Amino acid sequence: MKPLRTTAIGLALAAAAGAVATAGEITIGTINNGHMLVMQELTAAFEEQNPDIKVNWVTLDEGQLRQRVTTDISTRGGQFDVMTIGMYEVPIWGARDWLVPLEFSDAYDKDDIYDAIRNGLSIDGTMYAAPFYGESSMIMYNMELVQGAGFDGIEDRPSWDTIREIAAAITDRDAGIYGICLRGKPGWGENMAFLGTMAHSFGAQYFNNDWTPAFDSPEWNAAVTFYVEMMNESGPPGSASNSFNEILALMNEGRCGMWIDATIAASLMTDPATSKVAGNLGFAQSPNAGTVERSNWLWAWALAVPAGSNNQDEALRFVEWATSQDYIRLVGETKGWGAVPTGSRQSTYAIEEFAAATAFADAELEAILSATPNPTDTIPYTGVQFAAIPEFQAIGNAVGQEMTAALSGDISVEQALANAQEIADREMRQAGYY
Amino acid sequence: MTDKQKARIRHNIAVTAAWIVALVMFFPIFWMVLTSFKTEQQAIAIPPLLVFEPTFENYATINAQTNISKFAMNSIVTSIGGTLLAMLIAIPAAYAMAFRPTRWTKDVLLWMLSTKMMPAVGVLMPIYLLCQWLGILDTRISLIVIFSLMNLPIIMMILFNYFRDIPVEILEASRMDGTTTFNEITQIVMPLAWGGIASTALLSIVLMWNEAFWSINLTSNNAGTLVALVAGYSNPQGLFWAKVSAVSTLACAPIVLLGWLTQKQLVQGLTFGAVK
Amino acid sequence: MNPTLARLLQAPAILLLVLWMIVPLGMTIYFSTIRYQLLNPERTGFVGWGNYVFFYTDRNFWPAIWNTLTLVGLTIAITVVLGLALALLVDRPFRGRGIVRVLLISPFFIMPTVNALIWKNMMMNPIYGLFAVIWSFFGLDPVDWLTRYPLYSIVIMVSWQWTPFAFLIFMTSLQSQDQEQKEAATLDGAGFWPQLWHLTLPHLARPMAIVILIQTIFHLSIFAEIYVTTSGGPGNRSTNLTFLIFQQALSSFNVGVAAAGGVIAIILANIVAIFLIRAIGKNLAV
Repeated sequence: MKPLRTTAIGLALAAAAGAVATAGEITIGTINNGHMLVMQELTAAFEEQNPDIKVNWVTLDEGQLRQRVTTDISTRGGQFDVMTIGMYEVPIWGARDWLVPLEFSDAYDKDDIYDAIRNGLSIDGTMYAAPFYGESSMIMYNMELVQGAGFDGIEDRPSWDTIREIAAAITDRDAGIYGICLRGKPGWGENMAFLGTMAHSFGAQYFNNDWTPAFDSPEWNAAVTFYVEMMNESGPPGSASNSFNEILALMNEGRCGMWIDATIAASLMTDPATSKVAGNLGFAQSPNAGTVERSNWLWAWALAVPAGSNNQDEALRFVEWATSQDYIRLVGETKGWGAVPTGSRQSTYAIEEFAAATAFADAELEAILSATPNPTDTIPYTGVQFAAIPEFQAIGNAVGQEMTAALSGDISVEQALANAQEIADREMRQAGYY
Repeated sequence: MTDKQKARIRHNIAVTAAWIVALVMFFPIFWMVLTSFKTEQQAIAIPPLLVFEPTFENYATINAQTNISKFAMNSIVTSIGGTLLAMLIAIPAAYAMAFRPTRWTKDVLLWMLSTKMMPAVGVLMPIYLLCQWLGILDTRISLIVIFSLMNLPIIMMILFNYFRDIPVEILEASRMDGTTTFNEITQIVMPLAWGGIASTALLSIVLMWNEAFWSINLTSNNAGTLVALVAGYSNPQGLFWAKVSAVSTLACAPIVLLGWLTQKQLVQGLTFGAVK
Repeated sequence: MNPTLARLLQAPAILLLVLWMIVPLGMTIYFSTIRYQLLNPERTGFVGWGNYVFFYTDRNFWPAIWNTLTLVGLTIAITVVLGLALALLVDRPFRGRGIVRVLLISPFFIMPTVNALIWKNMMMNPIYGLFAVIWSFFGLDPVDWLTRYPLYSIVIMVSWQWTPFAFLIFMTSLQSQDQEQKEAATLDGAGFWPQLWHLTLPHLARPMAIVILIQTIFHLSIFAEIYVTTSGGPGNRSTNLTFLIFQQALSSFNVGVAAAGGVIAIILANIVAIFLIRAIGKNLAV
């Protein structure tokens, strides 16, 4: 077989001449959101400082990127030198030695990164990915609509009942105004990110201490029932296919009273060029139904270098550059201070221009700092909107489908949760947890 | 009313109906192109805007953010390369099957078709690992080979049907004159079936141009096609309808234009083929 | 041409397809019998029928089979009927016929992903979509298509794309229909429907068989439209077999179970193919 293989490779290489990445050239896989696109635009600055490195970008939507990089890294394909991954992947991949440990110069100032974020991207104190930006979840609302409905504003950490009351007061279906917009599109990173967090704030959890799934608990029932009822009362039509982007459009158009989602949305709504509600927004910490712990999530998009990369040194230099304080300053100076990636470094919030340009900075920072994703006596997993085990993706996706079905009224909440329990139980058994 | 008048009215109704249906069918494409010239705000305005000041901002953004010519080049090379390779394999085989059918021919054809039914997603890992083993991940070669093998059954099927329609008498006459098989293919069969071959090739180019699964999963930086570019814009953060319309328009325009230009050819070719 | 030469000419195509089938299929069958989870590489070993049982006992398995068949059946019915009707409409000389033809075939050239994006965002969205605007204009409540009728929404998208294909094939076939025969029938007083039934449809038997066969193959594995719009939901209402395998293979990275699903899908496809060939194979005139 050996000669055959060599011949085949020879032929392929000859045919693909010029298409093979050479040393000094790195390929970065990333998702298509605003901050990442700014990073692409600023690549020239990096290449100027590092004339020996050429940067290539592969931009995909979140789901497709995740599939691509997971196939690549688990087979050591070596197609990417830098990958954009999240807090969910890093602990799992790092533990399998799929990622290169990050060692940077002192100027990088690792301690400047918020502890919660850094710990989420580290194993035993070794960082395996560097945070590009961090986020939590909070309430973002249209001040005009909330006040028009007779409320002064929304207090921090309100009860879910208060939210429901305000939402109902705002809703005016004939005028196309909806009190509350929440995610409904199925997927572990879509509706489950929100619903999982909401359920935690009702005292529910994904798994019991013995790793049996806990979707059959009364808390889950209470949370999902509340969600479905509130969305039927005050949510927009088409909620079952709404996720972050769709709701952002609705908010920017002034059609939604409240939105509880990623803090990063705040910066996207304060740009007057794309938003009709810029300057008219209020922010508050996430609601709960008695359980403050895990009532807001914690997430970071981070850059990591796969162990299969052939250009690790170059890749590490890029990661260091893109997640440094200098980079944040560069974005602020060239793209405006409203566009800087937030939530990763303390020093960002000390920059005066940044504080002056952003109304949401305090609320965002408070949300990030108050997030509690670590395991406890009763909760065995790390994560709020996710549980950092490999099986969670499959479970989250399948359970998300059931939740969407419940939201659209196809099946009852009881039925949806019973199905969810069965799905999760199958996956956990298949994976050998019990 | 005379029969002639009746027939005329019927004719007019049919023509009007044809126009209405054609406009309705084309409308989504028209709307996409129109949206690509709006700002993101205008794209989601209610009621929808028909008249507005067009902007080229979306196209400029895409041009600035991506190296669109690289993606376009990959699409062109892989779809045309794949088609050429597939035709090269398929024409002799279909020719032999059409003019030298055995009792197995029909079964072989249907078996070929059945290979097309393997769901791509079920064989992703095998193909991915094979490409990795051969070192051809993220190359145009891998896409060309996969595209051509994937579409070979369809191409065989359609070509076979075209060739079947060539009157055997013509071939027999030429054989009497002692023509070689090579000459028979190149000088008699090919010219006669030219329309059919051209339209099969066009169909194959369209299918390969639009192939999404392998183009996304086997490429990263070097061999990404326009489909992969569209995937990068399909669900970004923030408002995106206008930009996604622009990138989609760019990605679909070449193939739609090709379809339009070769429309006559297409019609002739298929006429010869699908008809006794 | 002697038989040896005929075999030689066919050999490359057959050998390549055998390779293309055997190698991945062999690997797939092998993977389907082992424990192979990308994210859990340390768990390995032979599991026998385990993956098949896991896939088959998925609560979405039978709904997915049913959805797959509905999707294929409905889209073929719609595209064939609509394509035929359009072909008949255009089968007469009139001014602008070329333009009408071009407009009618254009949807076929659009990428499936783009097709789905257009319909999801610009047509069927219950707030901004054109359908919603039209519905509101007539004082009706906008329909939330993707939630209320997820499978039919997919059928609409796929039919929009493939009706042009059927139209194209039928139109070209009609042009070669024997006009003298038709005129004779008209003189005999045969109306539109008897002519359609006795002359046109028999004439279209083979193109129809081709259209149905090719479309079946493509529609059994519809994926992009579902991925972009409904992600198989709500619940399992628009999950087809391909999407179910996708969920196993790529969203949970369980290669073993996905391989088992792939083998099941190949078996299903071949069952459908056998039925189809029984039903319409004789029209292929081999």
